[in-house]
Amino acid sequence: MAGFDKVVNSYEEALDGLEDNMTVIAGGFGLCGIPENLIKEIKRKGTTGLTIASNNAGVDGKGLGLLLEEKQIKKMIASYVGENALFMEQLLSGELEVELTPQGTLAEKMRAGGAGIPAFFTATGYGTPVGEDKEVREYNGRHYILEEALQGDFTIAKAWKADRFGNLMFRKTARNFNPMAITAGKIAVVEVEEIVEVGTLDPDEIHLPGIYVNRLIQGTFVKDIEQRTVRQA
Amino acid sequence: MALTREQLAQRVAQEFKDGYYVNLGIGIPTLAANYVPEGVQVMLQSENGLLGMGQFPLEEEVDADLINAGKQTVTMVTGASIFSSAESFGMIRGGHVDLTVLGAFEVDCQGSIASYMIPGKLIKGMGGAMDLVAGADNIIVTMTHASKTGQSKLLAECTLPLTGKGCIKRVLTDLALLDIEDGKFILRERAPGVTVEEIAKLTEGELVIPDNVPEMAV
Repeated sequence: MAGFDKVVNSYEEALDGLEDNMTVIAGGFGLCGIPENLIKEIKRKGTTGLTIASNNAGVDGKGLGLLLEEKQIKKMIASYVGENALFMEQLLSGELEVELTPQGTLAEKMRAGGAGIPAFFTATGYGTPVGEDKEVREYNGRHYILEEALQGDFTIAKAWKADRFGNLMFRKTARNFNPMAITAGKIAVVEVEEIVEVGTLDPDEIHLPGIYVNRLIQGTFVKDIEQRTVRQA
Repeated sequence: MALTREQLAQRVAQEFKDGYYVNLGIGIPTLAANYVPEGVQVMLQSENGLLGMGQFPLEEEVDADLINAGKQTVTMVTGASIFSSAESFGMIRGGHVDLTVLGAFEVDCQGSIASYMIPGKLIKGMGGAMDLVAGADNIIVTMTHASKTGQSKLLAECTLPLTGKGCIKRVLTDLALLDIEDGKFILRERAPGVTVEEIAKLTEGELVIPDNVPEMAV
């Protein structure tokens, strides 16, 4: 790596320094826009005791679901964990802890984590189990709870296209949590479908500037579909 | 007769106004997209980061990168836009979405809603529901009025863990359309063939019955 060139050549190198008991933020919504090869590399590496913040926990045998197979996840911070039998099994047996976080709050916690905002007030979750033991403040007659920012030792994320400086473009709804997740990771590792030369991407069309990206790798993707719904012609 | 799922969806769709940005929850709310009134244009928001959600794709149009909040493959309408989850919930929390429709297990006459967890059963999570009920001003909750065994779901106080406190103003059940004002349910419309007495019997929270309660046009 030289200068602003963020490209690494192997998945091993991409996750160098990831150790047991670290906090990892992962981009993706369901199986859409997930860093599927980086997840597989964590599985191969055998890192354990991980706290993972991601909207979902994958499904059985796919996405983050792979890391449940060898019990590599200690705690999951997510908004929705249905559709995953292994997850439920480990949760009920006490081997896995979950912090259910409203989806918008989770996104904002990541955004705040990346933007140097330690905490923020939101009406989401006030008066519900999510608001228990959190500071409440009233503004203009409405109640808000204090939510803290989220940062990761690592972020693993997926984008569509990048230049070598790590300037990123996402594709369709595969964008989802990826941009904020990347900003909130001390070491942000992004895998993409295509890496192009610097200067090829129009600066006006870059979704996330390379300043947030530490390591970049090109991969090939299976892109599993969770609910394949079609209409007849 | 209690409304069918399709009739519930039809009645929801009557609330659509031209130029509305609408977020529809999974289930009956999503069905409402099939009954957008003539001459009305609505834009569907999907909280995973899409404004301008279209119908399901043809087999050859299926794109793994294009799904809705229920993780189903979808298409985009002309004029659609894509954004991040933070931006998506910024527009929800910021009150920019004109109408939100979602389901519930229970609603009470204080406007609280329980929709995400039944203790002792499988824990799945709230997804975006807590953000949607906290952020939107104009929310319609669609649900069945009572359980199969005749237990009211329109309560004096919710018994299940809350999704939101004091945030619901309108409920559409298979029996009635009700507003929530000052700690009371106000009966606005009844399903065709359903009597005020039947509705009153299945409403546990305080119910105000105006002199004239018209039948729904579905």
